[in-house]
This record gives sequence, structure tokens and C-alpha cells, in this order.
Amino acid sequence: MRLSDMARVVRSKNAGPYLLTFDVLFDSIETLERVRTAGRLTRDSVAAAYGVSPNEIIDFDYYPFANAVKFSIRRPHPSGSAADTDVYGAQQHVPLMMIELD
Amino acid sequence: MTLDQEFVIVSHGMLGYGFPKASLDEAVARGAQLIAVDAGSTDMGPYYLGSGRPFVSRSMVARDLDLIIDAQDRTGAKIVIGSAGGAGTDVQVDFLLDTLTSVLKAKGLRKKVAVIRTELDKATLHGALTNKRIHVFETERDLTPQDIDASTHVVAQIGLEPIMAALDDNPDIVVSGRAWDVSNVAALPVKAGFPRGLALHLGKILECGGQAALPVEGSDLLMGRLYPDRFIVESPHPNKACTTESIAAHTLYEKTNPVLLPGPGGTVDLRAARFTQIDDTRVEVRDSAYTPASQYTVKLEGARLAGYRHFFIGGIRDPRMIEQIDAIEPAILDRLKSHLGADIAPEQFRVSFRRYGRDGVMGPLEPVKDPPHEIGMLVDIVGETPEIAETVCAMARALLLHWGYQGRKATAGNLAFPFSPADMAGGEVYEFNVYHLMDVDDPVALFPHHMTELG
Repeated sequence: MRLSDMARVVRSKNAGPYLLTFDVLFDSIETLERVRTAGRLTRDSVAAAYGVSPNEIIDFDYYPFANAVKFSIRRPHPSGSAADTDVYGAQQHVPLMMIELD
Repeated sequence: MTLDQEFVIVSHGMLGYGFPKASLDEAVARGAQLIAVDAGSTDMGPYYLGSGRPFVSRSMVARDLDLIIDAQDRTGAKIVIGSAGGAGTDVQVDFLLDTLTSVLKAKGLRKKVAVIRTELDKATLHGALTNKRIHVFETERDLTPQDIDASTHVVAQIGLEPIMAALDDNPDIVVSGRAWDVSNVAALPVKAGFPRGLALHLGKILECGGQAALPVEGSDLLMGRLYPDRFIVESPHPNKACTTESIAAHTLYEKTNPVLLPGPGGTVDLRAARFTQIDDTRVEVRDSAYTPASQYTVKLEGARLAGYRHFFIGGIRDPRMIEQIDAIEPAILDRLKSHLGADIAPEQFRVSFRRYGRDGVMGPLEPVKDPPHEIGMLVDIVGETPEIAETVCAMARALLLHWGYQGRKATAGNLAFPFSPADMAGGEVYEFNVYHLMDVDDPVALFPHHMTELG
């Protein structure tokens, strides 16, 4: 099963012009804890999904108060700069969505 | 202050994006004492900061102002508008004041307006840099004197204090340059004695307007009721509800750490915050805390002119060409440079190939490497002058159209152009070049307000 089958929301967005932040929201704390226990949604797995090293993943964490998992990375290029492809950073979520959970 | 004292706020997340008039009427009926309006962000990229042009058109801004002024006229609620014009530059503050004046004149009203400018001049910035008061932030790069000189506008994102100082003079409306979106909501209640942690957290939830209520559809308003020991979030729209999930989810939005939110002068600490559903449509929040920083800082945002854009779009369908596209692009760049010779130097332009259908959306982050059956090729040229961009664009188009790649069978042309002419001018291009923190000893002194009457 993929993350997109379990999560209610999988999204990416700018956190300022230099960072890209990712949110995964689940419907319940039970689902969040099931995903956490399964051990497939981790700092290492999101790093692999985006082809970056795990130490480039910023603030990866599970947030039970929001039934959420969240992390950030530096943008490959600042928002709106010469080589940037996504000014709002809103279409960078798909590799995250495709992570296999079992 | 007693624990049942209440302060009622309605918030609009983006001036000019519109909202249902019924939502504002309902907010007024529920006793809104403050109409907090955010008018900007860095989200839309560097153009509006760099150029000073307004992000939202005048007629759309006027429409929202018209309704908000009517609501104020009925209730006496204060209006606080932050990040005027999109980026909060002086010229965008002027745009907002000018639009506001026309709206007031049309109604035959006069209002006391406090104006806060947050654009910094170059002498101030150079002085702060020399005195080592400007620090690296998320750029991971120190600011240089050249950055300051190259920038077209640099604004400081102010905190609560300059807005609180402006409110001391009892204006009807505060219009501010670039401001922490939270401040528009929190300045007035904090001035009235409500705790900062709660007021700022409420501001964080309200700053995007109706986005924290379900269903999210179009732009809308959101309301908060602040008390000395808690706040309640509710939608003024009859068919929308706030849930603990919608509020908590919005707490994550557009920031790296959802429980520690740094801003000018301190950090909102939500590690102990509790969210409770008190009925079907309202959420109560308690225990949001605030920790002042040892040094007050404001974030600086600046942009510089990077050049002028010219671009074309062409479709590529031939699998032999698609297979070789990684090699074709640099070969075209080399040929382009040699053709241009001494007339246009390589440092006077740059070329980006954006391959929609391949990695046009994700660039280096794209994990899918399968060859597509077609590519939407957008070739983007940014030149030192509009003429250079136009010349390089025309030459790049001709080269790509007729490039004799290996094994080519289709010798009539490599691109399907959707338009004639194929080449289009894209105007000025800006890029962020200042995104740093500046120490300030007095959070108000650099950002004084002046009082005026408009209408």
C-alpha cells in the first residue's frame, strides 16, 4: 500500500523562498500510529524518495496533535530564481505520495 | 482583566481575493472588534517585491476594501492591513493608500489612517551590515554590500510593536508595509492586555482566512474570540465548520516546525497547546505560550533585477529526439555562444530548457526517468536587456528547430509551435537576493507611523 492510500492529505509548499515543506495528514491518530509502527515513513525513506541525503531532511517528525508527519528540505533553487520550476512549491509532493508502506 | 473578557476578531487572508459578503455581515453581527487583513506574502515569488507592482489588481482590492469599510462604519471595528500591495514596499503602500482614498471618497467618508513604512534605505542597510547586525538566515549565505546595492527594494517584516504604537494614536485604519501576518491579528489584543502566546497563535490560525475551516472552497473569512486564558476559532460562514483537525492541520502550513514558530522578537511555543472541539463548528485552544528572544530581530526581504525574459514553447514528439534531449541542450548552448561571438557575451544571458512531460515540474527532484512520448519544451531566456533576450531567443529557437541530431529522419523541423509568432516577451525578471535577519534594539524606532486623514 502506498502513502497516498492511507493519508487524507499529502502536500508540498514553500516555507519561505528557500525551503520546501511537506505535510502528510491522516484521518486518525490510530492511522498515524499504524504508519509510524510500520516503520516505512522515516527520515531515510523520504530522503530516498527525493534523492537527497537523510541529513538534508529538516525537522522530520510525527505530530500526534495534528495526526500528521512533517519534514522540510532546502529547495534545489530559490523560489522564482533562474532554474526554479515551481514558484509556490505546490507540486513537489508526488514522490512522497508514492512511498510504499508495506 | 477578568477571565470572561472577550475580544472578537475577523480575519481576511488576502486582500483582493474576495470573500462572501454574508461572512462579513455575520462576523459583524457576532461583534467583531477588529478586521485584520493580510495583503501579502513572499509566496508568489520575487517579482512583486522587486518591481513594486501590486500583486492583486486595484479593482479587486477596492472591492474588498469597500465591504470592509462598510462593516467598520456600522460597528466602529478597527481595521489593520499588513503587507500592503503584496510585498509591502513603499510604492505598494502608496498603491493601497491611493485605492483606499478612492473607496472612501466614493462613500463620502473620511478616516484617520496610521501608515507604517517598512522599506529600508540603502544607507541604513549598509550601516547595519558594517555594524555586524545583519545575520545569515535560510539563504545560508552572508549578505554582501553588493547585494544591498543591487536590490531594487528591501523591506523588513515587522512584528507587533510598530502596529501597537500606531494604534496608540487611535486610527480607524492601520496600513502597514511588510508585516508578520500574525501581527495584523495580534497587535490590538496584545495592546489591550491579552497574552501574547494566545494572541499570536490565534493570529497564525487566522492569517490565511477561511483556509482553516471546512469545506475549503474559495477565499473566505475566519473569526476568533480571544479570552485571557483561551481562544475559540469559528467560521462566520453558515455552512463551514472548524474542527480540531482543520485547525491543527493549518498549524502545519507553510512552516518547517509546527510547534515552534519564530517571529520578530520571540517564538510562539505550541508544544503544550491543547485543541478541543467545543461544539460541531468551533474549536477552543489553550496553553499556547510565547518565549521572547534575547535579541529582537526582523527579517529582511529584498530582490534584484535579474534581467528581461523572452521565451518560446515548442512540442517535441519524435522519440529519437526525445531520447537525445539531454545531449542536444548543451550542444545548442555551445553553438549559440559561438554564433553570438563577440556581439553578446555568455554572461549577458542565460538559457533554461524546461521540459514539461519529462522533469519540467520537479527538475532535479524528479525520480521518474522513463522517456515520455512527448515533451512540451519551454525555452526561457533571460538577458541583460530586452533586446539581448529577444535576439538569443530567436537564435535558440532556430537552432532547436533545425538541430541535426544523430539519426534524425524528420528533417523539416524538430518543434511543433502552438503560436505564431513563437517567441514571446516576458518582461522584467527579479530574484530574491536579501533574506536575512537584522538585529534591532528598538522594534519601533526604524518603523515609525505617521497619521493622516484620507477620503
